[in-house]
Amino acid sequence: MDMDLLIEFLVAFCLVVSGVFGFVGSFGLLKLRDTMQRLHSPTKASTLGVGGVLVASMVYFVAIKGDFTFHELLISLFLFLTAPISANFIAKTYLTRSGRDEELPATASEYGWSIHDDPPQISDQPKE
Amino acid sequence: MLKRLMPHPILSVALVLVWLMLVNHVSLGNLLLGAILALVVPALTGPYWPNRPKVSHPFVAIEYVLVVLWDIVVANIQVAMIILFKRNADIRSRWVTVPLELTSPEAITVLAGTITMTPGTVSAMLSADGSCILVHCLHTDDPDGVRDDIKARYERRLKEIFQ
Repeated sequence: MDMDLLIEFLVAFCLVVSGVFGFVGSFGLLKLRDTMQRLHSPTKASTLGVGGVLVASMVYFVAIKGDFTFHELLISLFLFLTAPISANFIAKTYLTRSGRDEELPATASEYGWSIHDDPPQISDQPKE
Repeated sequence: MLKRLMPHPILSVALVLVWLMLVNHVSLGNLLLGAILALVVPALTGPYWPNRPKVSHPFVAIEYVLVVLWDIVVANIQVAMIILFKRNADIRSRWVTVPLELTSPEAITVLAGTITMTPGTVSAMLSADGSCILVHCLHTDDPDGVRDDIKARYERRLKEIFQ
């Protein structure tokens, strides 16, 4: 009986943590000033938001319902694969459209950033 | 012949595992269906992914995943603190250029994803020749420190894994 109570506390704790981080993530979207800053809050604050719900779901199903599913692990795997890629697309689109090129630092090589400059061609390279 | 049939063995194994985890039930039929997927998907996507990446230190990879998971939790708390308790006027965002020593596209992809998921940084763009990566920092007073951190913490491990 005590065990059940403990598990319920754990599940509730995870849910509250995820709720708080989900809220902070959405609040950041409203509060921060420009697109690049706003990009930070959904990519990070919401990872723990979703993660908390998934951990709560796993603990609940393993400890109380007694069956184990991999689905939560898969959801977090897919999230880790897709969140950085969509953030990268948004950043690139923003940089292309904003026209604030002079704010960007210089690259460390003779080629510019990929939205401004073509990649080196094979014909550019010195013949051996 | 084997290379034609299975251009990416690790991808094939991963597909079978993901399929079994999706149906959440191991049986001969599911295993067979997973095996068919593991043969068909790499064959169809093979032309877009011609080189087979080398993965040399699997244990470093496990260490890397644990380090990144820990950093994600820390990143969440740091970013939440910045959002909640810093006034907008005090948030100093910076662009940071990180020169790359990694050359394989897979390693750079993993690094870019890691940068986006971890403390206060989002990776935005590569240079045209892939020799450095543009990182946006939500709040920092020390851009060089951020760059050195990324290089020492993530790139060093990725270099061990992929080279």
